[in-house]
Amino acid sequence: MSSPETIAAPRPTRRLTIARAIAEAIGQEMERDPAVLVMGEDIGKLGGVFGTTTGLLDKFGAERVRDTPISETAFIGAAVGLAASGMRPIVELMFVDFFGVCMDAIYNLAAKQSYFSGGQVACPMVLMTSVGGGYGDAGQHSQTLYATFGHLPGLKIVIPSTAHDAKGLMLAAIRDPNPVIFMYHKALQGMGWLGTVQRSITDAPEGDYAVPLGKAAVVRKGSDITLVGLGLSVHHALDAAARLEKQGRSAEVIDLRSIAPLDRETVRASVRKTGRLLVVDDDYMSYGVGAEIIASVCEAGILLRAPPCRIAHPDIPVPFTPVMEHFVLPDADKVSAAAITMLEP
Amino acid sequence: MSNRSDRLWMYGTMVKSRHFEALIKPAYFEGKTPVFNMAKGPLPGEMHLSDGQEPCAVGVCAHLRPGDTVTATHRPHHVAIAKGVNLDAMAAEIFGKATGLSGGRGGHMHLFDARVNFACSGIIAQGLGPAVGAALASKLRGEDHVAVAFLGEGAANQGAFHEALNLASVWKVPAVFVIEDNAYGISVAKRDCTAVARNADRAAAYAMPGHFIPGNDPDAIHAVAGEAIARARRGEGPSLIEIETCRLEGHFMGDAEGYRPAGEVERLKAADPIPAYRNRLIADGFDTADLDKAEADARAAVDAAFAAARAAAYPQPEEAFAHVFA
Repeated sequence: MSSPETIAAPRPTRRLTIARAIAEAIGQEMERDPAVLVMGEDIGKLGGVFGTTTGLLDKFGAERVRDTPISETAFIGAAVGLAASGMRPIVELMFVDFFGVCMDAIYNLAAKQSYFSGGQVACPMVLMTSVGGGYGDAGQHSQTLYATFGHLPGLKIVIPSTAHDAKGLMLAAIRDPNPVIFMYHKALQGMGWLGTVQRSITDAPEGDYAVPLGKAAVVRKGSDITLVGLGLSVHHALDAAARLEKQGRSAEVIDLRSIAPLDRETVRASVRKTGRLLVVDDDYMSYGVGAEIIASVCEAGILLRAPPCRIAHPDIPVPFTPVMEHFVLPDADKVSAAAITMLEP
Repeated sequence: MSNRSDRLWMYGTMVKSRHFEALIKPAYFEGKTPVFNMAKGPLPGEMHLSDGQEPCAVGVCAHLRPGDTVTATHRPHHVAIAKGVNLDAMAAEIFGKATGLSGGRGGHMHLFDARVNFACSGIIAQGLGPAVGAALASKLRGEDHVAVAFLGEGAANQGAFHEALNLASVWKVPAVFVIEDNAYGISVAKRDCTAVARNADRAAAYAMPGHFIPGNDPDAIHAVAGEAIARARRGEGPSLIEIETCRLEGHFMGDAEGYRPAGEVERLKAADPIPAYRNRLIADGFDTADLDKAEADARAAVDAAFAAARAAAYPQPEEAFAHVFA
């Protein structure tokens, strides 16, 4: 619930980064449930390269906060075994780009435990990872790969855009009996050494609250066009919506929050109203979230007033040099320009 | 003992590598102050410096020819320089310029110079399989080229390490695996994540020779690597070399290094292998004028590469779409 335009919230008492929100959610759940433990590279002393486990080692000790070797096939496979044995592992693999080395444990093992066992064996694990570029880290440290994981049955895929949602989604993810890939965007994370979209730093209640998996949020109300985003691209959409407003155009912005399950109904309800659909996604375009959203709307027979549009990363590896990277990455300029074209009579 | 010309080359090449990193440092922080933001400045993204690890690169690469293959890691500069990667194009690539090795598409973790068969990657242990393949190609063609895969000690816990060593041994290919043990995988100490004290012992599991080289000593590395590479060229199969080296800087630039015990960096810097090697060469009768000239030549080459890289133009943004397919 990130948009100040739509939320008449009481003055926030504290503001968290997404990193802090994730670490707080994990810590609270570890206190509540002794079955929860965390494993991954540099998550102990360092507190996670992206701050997701800050303070947990001191609080819970090395038995429950376990630095691992660079052995992802082993420790993600082990997480599946822990989950099958009644534990609730949270595993971090710091960049989604690194999933290639252990993909089998994710898509052939974790994702299929419940199905292959006919429901006898569950896989309540969270696999959290950073996604996204825009800071010149090149093609093996800048991908998002949302659709790659969203395509695989048996996995739930969560992408927060604010600290409020990050905490609530993490609490829901830990309690979910299924494997959840929790993808946090580096541009929203609130690390001191990376720029952060300030709108992602929000109030988050200190207590226990879950944001349900599979429920999108309308983060800005509007009537002329529906802008759909996830993670960072929600903020591009919100920035574009603010510009459109200055031109007398009203954009509704939807934050998907998860792509599996995908809340198709919230998108359809919005497009029924606006008649225009633009999806913003920093994953590779083809076979992606944008295509899925547009198909969901078309399949429902919703009449569109303009052809639907995707703004996404083109089908090329993420280039290193900033002149190329910023040329291809989605941003608010590209979103508002496309929206204006769609809104032409 | 290494021969005289190899020793002078090793010294000059270590100086070249160190000077390369020395010029990276201020350039990296340009635009990133007062508030550090990795995205800013002429060198955005992560930057992994090789200060301290130069002996590994020169001791091994002294035995290599352009036709030999090297795969390196996310910390590649010293190895690239020692393998003879085009210095001007390498600097330009790191600055994201059109004149870079890959026209700015790859950046510092993805340096490719096909002219000297060099490549590196940001994924841990990814270079081992390709090294086995390059070695097999050499064997199948009846050539005497070898392939050397550099990796960190953390990568020895990756599945790809064990699979590649087994495959190299089963196929008896001319490959040499070189572990640069700098004691840390980012923040995690080797002793906290590796079951054996010495990774060289793991060679026994794959029926190949395993060599442990203490002391970050260019001459000792040169001697052992020479033996392993000659063995590979003779068609006698792969070897594993573990080098005890050190990382004088953080995992990446901006790393607060809170995981290091107090005094560790100071102790490591006091044992810096480059001045130590200079002193040894002088003790062994090298003329200081020759060493000074090697240093000056090395620095001049790097200075020229950086000046050219800074002056070079950025690529056209539309160039991002080229080379996705061959």
